[in-house]
Amino acid sequence: MIVVLALVVGTLYAVGTYLLLQRNLTQIVIGLAMMGHGANLVLLMAGGRAGRAPISGGETAGFADPLPQALALTAIVIAFGVSAFLLTLAYRSWLLRHDDEVEDDLEDRRIARSRPDPEDVR
Amino acid sequence: MRSLVTLPVALPLLAAALSMVLHRRPQAQRALSVSVLVACLALTVAVLVQVNDQGPVAIQVGAWPAPIGISLVADMFAALMLVVSALVVLAVLVYSIGSPRTADDRLFFHPVYLILAAGVSASFLAGDLFNLFVAFEVMLSASYVLITLGGGRDQVRTGMTYVVISLVASTFFVTAVGLIYAATGTVNMADLAGRIGELPQPVRHGLGLLLLVVFGVKAAIFPLFFWLPDSYPTAPTPVTAIFAGLLTKVGVYAIIRTQTLMFPTDGGPSTVLLVLAGLTMVVGVLGAIAQNDIKRLLSFHIVSQIGYMIMGVGLFSVAGLAGSILFMVHQIIVKTTMFLVGGLIENATGTGALSRLGGLLHRTPLLAVLFMVPALSLAGVPPSSGFVGKLALVNAGVEIERYGIVAVSLAVSLLTLFSMTKIWAAAFWGQPGEGGPGAGGPGAAGTGTVLGSGAGGTATVAAAGRISLPPMMTVPTVVLIVASLAVAVAGAPLYDMAVDAATVLADPAPYIEAVLGR
Repeated sequence: MIVVLALVVGTLYAVGTYLLLQRNLTQIVIGLAMMGHGANLVLLMAGGRAGRAPISGGETAGFADPLPQALALTAIVIAFGVSAFLLTLAYRSWLLRHDDEVEDDLEDRRIARSRPDPEDVR
Repeated sequence: MRSLVTLPVALPLLAAALSMVLHRRPQAQRALSVSVLVACLALTVAVLVQVNDQGPVAIQVGAWPAPIGISLVADMFAALMLVVSALVVLAVLVYSIGSPRTADDRLFFHPVYLILAAGVSASFLAGDLFNLFVAFEVMLSASYVLITLGGGRDQVRTGMTYVVISLVASTFFVTAVGLIYAATGTVNMADLAGRIGELPQPVRHGLGLLLLVVFGVKAAIFPLFFWLPDSYPTAPTPVTAIFAGLLTKVGVYAIIRTQTLMFPTDGGPSTVLLVLAGLTMVVGVLGAIAQNDIKRLLSFHIVSQIGYMIMGVGLFSVAGLAGSILFMVHQIIVKTTMFLVGGLIENATGTGALSRLGGLLHRTPLLAVLFMVPALSLAGVPPSSGFVGKLALVNAGVEIERYGIVAVSLAVSLLTLFSMTKIWAAAFWGQPGEGGPGAGGPGAAGTGTVLGSGAGGTATVAAAGRISLPPMMTVPTVVLIVASLAVAVAGAPLYDMAVDAATVLADPAPYIEAVLGR
């Protein structure tokens, strides 16, 4: 089971990274969500073997460790909130520009283009 | 009075909720934010005094015992950072309230700002890795809102970069926490300090490197800094100032905390960190020299100065760590001041583009003084606070004979001075630039990076006219400058405190004992 989960995590990270490298906001958001899921699965896997009850009352044998599940829950909530914000931002960007391609930084392009200008040396 | 430690986190959060309710009454919001942050400043000073008397103080939230529950720990390092951050947060808030037509007028600026303050305090106090992650997220979520405040085209474009980069780093952080928990069975940093040593060397190196990447993105070290100069300058001045002063330093704080506590080298300096530090310094300062906009120039300097802090960690001696801490204290104050002064210049002239500025010296001598003091301090000219910090670092470097990094740091200081004279010569000397910025109305402060912004239509006012500075913006700037001078004057006692802090970092036995109670 743990091998399957590990493969799933690897796939999620790979696909997420691929999507993240696109110039398209929608794809970037989806890529980030995938990587987030991968990270949460890693947290879950840290708790030990799958299929055990997450309750511990003094006797720990036979139970899964509840702490990583609490951590994963927190991480999911945070990822959820931030994804919502990111989607809002992407929507705002679409409203402003009717296009969801990621732009270059203007000042970077200006500096890359500019040649040393005698006026500037003062 | 151990519960004092929780208040710098809890108080701003409660106030943020209250402030949300008051969103139709801006005056009440302002009064609330200012009074809460004043209270926080007093509280953090109390925490510092307490830590100074008793050593590290830890509190277990919810009374769960240490390795399972949530620990908040204040040692000397955290306490020093808390005091400085509280001071800066308060000063920038007053500046923001005083500046015409900027962030402060926006709906929900105050609640979000208070949440940011709570997140920063929580990051300094977090005693376990997962809560460090949560504190980072609280802080970053607030910063996402602040950086995109207003939702203009530029804010959305740069905000997107910032949010995506931060999210990638956060995802790596969760992964690192998962892997560390899988390897050791704990996320409590004091507990980890003991257990991580039992892991095989390659696993330790892998985890250490992963955490270094995570915090390196937040701290903007080379080669993970590229997002910073693109995203910071478009935000309103007070927002940029608080980001520049605090957020990257929280990343540095996390690097110092985790590297010393969990991945100590065996006595010697860490070459990887030293090389990274040197490259960060050089690349940052060269980037700064190429810029034409004040805020962008200063943004690149953030990167450059981060290198000095990493240098102290890389040296891995008590003297090096103390130098780093002293430098952080100086840098949080001075960097914020520089951005506030940059904002004053933009506010007075309507542009931040160096090619359009000029002749400010005759029109507003006070502004020239306000610029000069922190600029010299940033470059590390004696007797400023920057000199005190750099002296400590250089001493530490010479002590363990790492002359390469010392030479780099001194050369970068010269280049920093050069880039400061670039601002000085362009903005304060000579005649107003051909764009004729004139005494543009207050609030005309644009981003200044896009051609034609700010200067248009304001050139009718006589260029030689005197500029008066808004008092509510000037006073906090002056207060921070005085604070930076105080760092220089009180250099020796402050250095002693930094050595105390570094001693606990180098040998974390008191820290571990405070948290785990054994």
